[in-house]
Amino acid sequence: MAFMEFIPNLGRRTLRTVPNLGTASRFLLLSLFAVANRHFSIQQLLKQVYGFGVRSLLLMMVAAFFTGMVLGFQGYYALVRFGATSALGTLVALSLLRELGPVLTALLFAGRAGSALTAEISSMKATEQLSAMEMMAVNPLAWVVAPRLWAGIFVVPILCVIFDLVGIFGGYLISVPVLGVDGGTFWAQMQSNVAFSGDILTGLFKALCFGLVVTWIAAWQGYAAQPTAEGVGNATTISVVTASLAVLGLDFILTAFLFT
Amino acid sequence: MAADALVELENVHFARGPHTVLDGVGLRITQGAIVSIMGASGGGKTTLLNLMAGTLAPQAGRIRVAGQDLQTLNFGDLYRLRRRMGMLFQHSALFTDFSVFENVAFPLRRHFRLDESVLRKLVLMKLEAVGLRGAAGLMPAELSGGMGRRVALARAMVMDPMLIFYDEPFTGLDPISVGIIATLIRRLNDALGATSILVSHDVQETFSIADYGYILAGGKIIAEGTPDTLRASDSELARQFLGGKPDGPVPFHYPAKDDYATALTGVWAAGEAI
Amino acid sequence: MEKRAIDWWVGIFVLLGIAALVVLALRVGNLSGFAYNEGYVLHADFSNVGSLKPRSPVKLGGVTIGEVTHIGMDPKTFMAKVTMRIEPKVKLPTDTGASIYTEGLLGEQYVSIQPGGMPQDLQPGGTITMTQSAVNIDQLIGQMVFSKASGK
Repeated sequence: MAFMEFIPNLGRRTLRTVPNLGTASRFLLLSLFAVANRHFSIQQLLKQVYGFGVRSLLLMMVAAFFTGMVLGFQGYYALVRFGATSALGTLVALSLLRELGPVLTALLFAGRAGSALTAEISSMKATEQLSAMEMMAVNPLAWVVAPRLWAGIFVVPILCVIFDLVGIFGGYLISVPVLGVDGGTFWAQMQSNVAFSGDILTGLFKALCFGLVVTWIAAWQGYAAQPTAEGVGNATTISVVTASLAVLGLDFILTAFLFT
Repeated sequence: MAADALVELENVHFARGPHTVLDGVGLRITQGAIVSIMGASGGGKTTLLNLMAGTLAPQAGRIRVAGQDLQTLNFGDLYRLRRRMGMLFQHSALFTDFSVFENVAFPLRRHFRLDESVLRKLVLMKLEAVGLRGAAGLMPAELSGGMGRRVALARAMVMDPMLIFYDEPFTGLDPISVGIIATLIRRLNDALGATSILVSHDVQETFSIADYGYILAGGKIIAEGTPDTLRASDSELARQFLGGKPDGPVPFHYPAKDDYATALTGVWAAGEAI
Repeated sequence: MEKRAIDWWVGIFVLLGIAALVVLALRVGNLSGFAYNEGYVLHADFSNVGSLKPRSPVKLGGVTIGEVTHIGMDPKTFMAKVTMRIEPKVKLPTDTGASIYTEGLLGEQYVSIQPGGMPQDLQPGGTITMTQSAVNIDQLIGQMVFSKASGK
């Protein structure tokens, strides 16, 4: 029975998703272009950069440090079988710069800042603050959504760069002093195999896309939430789940396009 | 009378999905008056306010505010018109991360470039009018429900609007606060020369300040007039609503598909709707 | 005021990001060119450089003393011309040899320097003449397979 209903359910769900995606895209474009609106404020943007960036910095650095150390360990045990531990620096750096840095930064960002963003916007909606703004002839997309969206796009690449650096440092700490890989080889190998634009900048470009997608999903889930206490809770959960899946899916697509 | 109409609705229809909320509403609100729209909870009163403020659009009918047809206005003109409107929300809708002062100052800061000293004077004047000048430095979380609503009132007034909407201004307040809010609505309306539209199901308080009233039921206006004419209305529905009678044209029982005796004695399969 | 504090923190945050990018570019990526900028240039001609690339290390006794800066082709001799930059404090005799080796079985290729014993040093811009080309693993395997097949 359940299986028989699966196909029509899927169809119905798709039919609902398509127009929703359209509305969400409209929301995204209107919000992005709302920087031109007179109610867009740089001060609000800075406030959000502070909230998203500065206040997630410690979390990112701790996560990056551990990720780098684990990469050092696992990479060492994989490479030592082939006598190729000289490639450890390259392995740590490339894994972080191309994949783990952008993806983990985005996932942590979705959990830390994205959920808070959804909760904030949806409770502003539930307490009629957004309607009040509209009644005061202040476009909530310009005053509330646009600064948050741009802050997300701006902050995630910066967090990612810091994540990469701290992660590589963590990998170095494990590889060289602990596991006894030669320090010169570690860095030299890394330098000769990491390309600035091909690896570092494309990784940051990924982070930029993830920043946009995570903040978009978080803001939209908040904006479209049911204006009740339950709606706020639901929206927050959905926001984190959708944003995380979107990051992983988009990562596959971007990798296929960027690193071929 | 026709020239004085600030808000005019003609045959307005509004539906949310399959559910009809308003079914041919027409009303005309004269300048300077306090007009109340009363009706049962969930009867479309708030929807009506949102239609008049242009935050919702009707499926059919015309809404004119200050001589402008809301349906033909573009986004910018609608926003320009809204600057001359104020709304007091049911939950006050104060910005939780701003102080009382900044909440009231918000519309001024957003729309005008004022000197800090001028802004301060304007804001404190409005706060003084609602008796909360001393609370200017507090955060919304530190206010009682009644105080919050007074701050929201000061915020709705700060642009000196021509038209003020009140969405359930008395709900959830203690009797003293209800009295204060009612007095403030009357006093501010007359001081500003504004027009007030008040949506409420609180009959006594509303009648004490309203000049004219409409009763909304089943998506239609079923009675209108001054408070006295409404009280003397011979409509069953109006009498039930105004008198607060539990049963009448609005039935106490939600319609069931069979009668009570059958429901008690009959057997039904598990999962079937009772 | 609090506004000022936020501005400060955001400023610091952005600077931190830029600094991290600069460090990544110079220390991790190959945008540096810093490391052996001071060094002097030597050339070496090989008949086959294998998978040697610019920025591959140049080693002496396992210690990195420089890097490959450029690989070109000499149109007259049809030899691959490898240009290297060597740390200034390392002076190499004129009869120095250069070979291309692989680190481990799968590792990266590098130039290994075998210093000679002559009293004169190679001058900057000089050429190392005694060279041994990259070991071609495909060929090695091929030889091995054929030698097995021919029953030796």
